[in-house]
Amino acid sequence: MAMSEFALDSGNTAWMLTASALVLLMTPGLAFFYGGMVRTKSVLNMMMMSFGALGLVGVIWILWGYSAAFGTQGNAFVGNPFQYFGLVGLTDQNSIMAASGVPALVAVVFQATFAIITVALISGSIADRTKFSAWMVFAGIWLTIVYVPIAHMVWGGGFESPTGWVAQHISAPIDFAGGTVVHINAGAAGLALALLLGVRKGFGKEPMRPHNLPFVMLGAALLWFGWFGFNAGSEFAADGVAGRAWLNTMVATCMAMLTWLATEKIRDGHATSLGAASGVVAGLVAITPAASAVDSFGAIALGGIAGILCALAIGLKYKFGYDDSLDVVGVHLVGGITGTLLIGFFATHHQGAWYPAGAGDGLLYGGGFKQLGAQAVAALIAVTYSFVVTILIGLAIKKTMGLRTSEEVEVSGIDLAIHGETAYETIGSRATMEVNA
Amino acid sequence: MKLVTGIIQPHRLDEVKAALEAAGVHGITVSEASGYGRQRGHTEVYRGAEYTVDLVPKVRVEVLVTAEEAPRVTDAIIGAAQTGKIGDGKVWTVAVEDVVRVRTGEHGPEAL
Repeated sequence: MAMSEFALDSGNTAWMLTASALVLLMTPGLAFFYGGMVRTKSVLNMMMMSFGALGLVGVIWILWGYSAAFGTQGNAFVGNPFQYFGLVGLTDQNSIMAASGVPALVAVVFQATFAIITVALISGSIADRTKFSAWMVFAGIWLTIVYVPIAHMVWGGGFESPTGWVAQHISAPIDFAGGTVVHINAGAAGLALALLLGVRKGFGKEPMRPHNLPFVMLGAALLWFGWFGFNAGSEFAADGVAGRAWLNTMVATCMAMLTWLATEKIRDGHATSLGAASGVVAGLVAITPAASAVDSFGAIALGGIAGILCALAIGLKYKFGYDDSLDVVGVHLVGGITGTLLIGFFATHHQGAWYPAGAGDGLLYGGGFKQLGAQAVAALIAVTYSFVVTILIGLAIKKTMGLRTSEEVEVSGIDLAIHGETAYETIGSRATMEVNA
Repeated sequence: MKLVTGIIQPHRLDEVKAALEAAGVHGITVSEASGYGRQRGHTEVYRGAEYTVDLVPKVRVEVLVTAEEAPRVTDAIIGAAQTGKIGDGKVWTVAVEDVVRVRTGEHGPEAL
């Protein structure tokens, strides 16, 4: 990865700076997407879990996150957090974007935005009932011992990278923008935390209606907009492959929205706005690992399949009795696995699609089962590692500071009890004022 | 004196207001209400989870009148609110002991 000379490419750098800002916007967008889905009494806490992750991960990433994920002193599983602690010693020549002439600090901020949203995504499974302090402690530990190693393994030259063990023994797994690192990872962690926390009081019996569907749609729109930076930015350059990733991010998402709505219409009798917003996110999740690596037909098929599978998967929580409140499992875990595995069918170099050397064409493009096998191994590693280590972190927090608020707080509303605020004024909430200064 | 209260479909409010004006009523009080009668509620579906919403939005119209005017006012509300479908609502009349106009302190029929 280290290069002898660094030649700045201002076009690529301009795009990567822009893409970083786009991806950063996804986390506030996610706050609206999730915030609209909970009840009025917990919307602020829901949004604060995203904003809290943004604050904490943004700092940790600069101190040791980037170094441990993308430093040059790593083994197959993790890098050295102290190599570039505080980014000291990091030069343009030894960053992951050196080859496209993008300065190291731009690489750091782009990757920071990925780490931030991955942590924030998990919060959807633990709505209404998690202590904010426990969430923040969890976020810092999880980033360090789950996100960072997986990012290193897949993108930092580790075990699942194009030069790693899986590539040498089967085929190089393709994860262009984060199907395993971001979505399977967050989805498996969400499932683990939901199981540890237990169900909310009244889960499956009392109605828990989304309190603001326009917020949900606004959030989905912001996510989609930012996702162009996420997927097309993962090319690290302003070129044709970025264009392919951009186009796939649009068309797969459009198709997923349509198939989610059709599934709902057939099953429930209505095509809903929540379904449209959910279908958009399911499509975005599924196309993420495949964004560069499928042609137009592959993208449409992949998005369409993801829309149907995710729309069906969100019902699993009622069947199995785990309270994945806002469907992190149904959308991100299932969508991430779907996209990751379908690469094994659709990967190609047709129509300007691209995948790294060491990977191969998918089953439907004459490549046989090898790529599908590599994709399955990559998905399995991410699910297993994330789930097991998240359980361990969650258990440690549960035994020490506690994970869950009291039932009284849950019923009366976590916003008021934990944050000392309410989102909306009602006649009953009129107040008198006192200044603490 | 009587208090005539009508629970009506929200979309009939303009017609009821016009009919009460035509019947010579000077003041009414309108508030949002929710409830159900034979109509029951409706169902909503969120990500496949079906919720039954029992309470249906309604509008409550209240009119203070003299005893002689009460039947005419009741008829005016019914005439304007009726669509013939389940959920049209109800109108009832109760006796009122006293009424005071806050601005002047007048009591009884003068306060109407």
